[in-house]
Amino acid sequence: MENLFELFIAASLINNFVFTRYLGLCIFFGVTKKMETAVGMSVTFTAVMVISAALSWIVYKTIMIPLSLQFLEIVVFIGIVAGFVQAADTIMRKMSPGLYYKLGIYLALITTNCIILAVPLINAGERYTFIQSLVFGLGSGIGFSLALVIMASIREKLELANVPKSFQGLPISFIATGLIALAFLGFSGLITL
Amino acid sequence: MNNTKGYWRLIKNGIFAENPIFRVALSLCPAVAVTSGVKNGFLMGIAVLFVQTMVNVTVSIVRKFIHPKVRIPAYMFIIATWVTVSDLSLAAFAWDIYKQMGLYIKLIVAFAIILSRAELFASKNKVTPSFFDGLGMGIGFLLALIIISFFRELLGKGSLWGFQFTEAKPLLIMVLPTGGFFAVGILMGLFNWIDIKFFGGGGASGGGH
Repeated sequence: MENLFELFIAASLINNFVFTRYLGLCIFFGVTKKMETAVGMSVTFTAVMVISAALSWIVYKTIMIPLSLQFLEIVVFIGIVAGFVQAADTIMRKMSPGLYYKLGIYLALITTNCIILAVPLINAGERYTFIQSLVFGLGSGIGFSLALVIMASIREKLELANVPKSFQGLPISFIATGLIALAFLGFSGLITL
Repeated sequence: MNNTKGYWRLIKNGIFAENPIFRVALSLCPAVAVTSGVKNGFLMGIAVLFVQTMVNVTVSIVRKFIHPKVRIPAYMFIIATWVTVSDLSLAAFAWDIYKQMGLYIKLIVAFAIILSRAELFASKNKVTPSFFDGLGMGIGFLLALIIISFFRELLGKGSLWGFQFTEAKPLLIMVLPTGGFFAVGILMGLFNWIDIKFFGGGGASGGGH
């Protein structure tokens, strides 16, 4: 239990996907212009992350290891994630159009995102158990959501700031991200794994 | 476009006009992640160059057999196959570096730039132009990674290509996680500034996807 908690903290704060592993930057800079989209994206992301971590763990343990097909992990994981996202898209459209209307557009963007793919790959590489994989997926999702919300609130303020012309848009966002990453560096001493 | 001039223009397009990192702002993750040293940046750039060229050629060859409705999944599997090839080759030939950046090599599969070139260019053009387009994009990517990692390694470690030529470490922060963001942000701003100042461009960088 204690280990799981440590894993959760490590995945969400210490090894935060955006600030210390530098993954998912495309989405990170794409959706943080408005708080509303950032929140919608966070919810969708966390859910997809946990479920795809579980699915890939099952496929990896029950099919790929017995047949020693580990070298195909990239192809298989991307197939699983893409298939699952497509299925979720179809099911949501039929079952709850209201939710689909809110979160559907984010689903389409997720399919080939590096973070979603990184979670199964890291799980497989670290040989996590099923529960550990789930906790890692959840921690990573929460960590990513945190990053999105922080960044969205900063960028809303940044809109009003007087930035030099050549730094407007992405460059200044990068520098702001660097400053947040510096703050997140402080978490690194929190737990020694 | 069946002369050398046309091919040269395709390559130049990838390096300057549509440089994947500084101009189009696609595939930013590796630009920050693996550029703490020139050697890593170079190797990553070579891997992307290889994958981009091979994917463009493959997509261009099979473009007539793929039904338009399933093209994106088909492209994904083509990309995943070539990434697996480069992943396994790097693990075999450059194990030391692979240990540090193995995860990022695997994640080439999710780079927006590769899929977008396959969709926008290779699926509509013959094999040879697609090859040169892939080559140009790959070289543009490689150069951008080398520029970023050059500054980061020089300022952060006082070395280049792992070769230590000064004891001074003027800005240790540049090799830390945060340094990558600063370096990319400042270089992007610099590129925009040059564009506005000398070429009269709008200086707008891409949407950031």
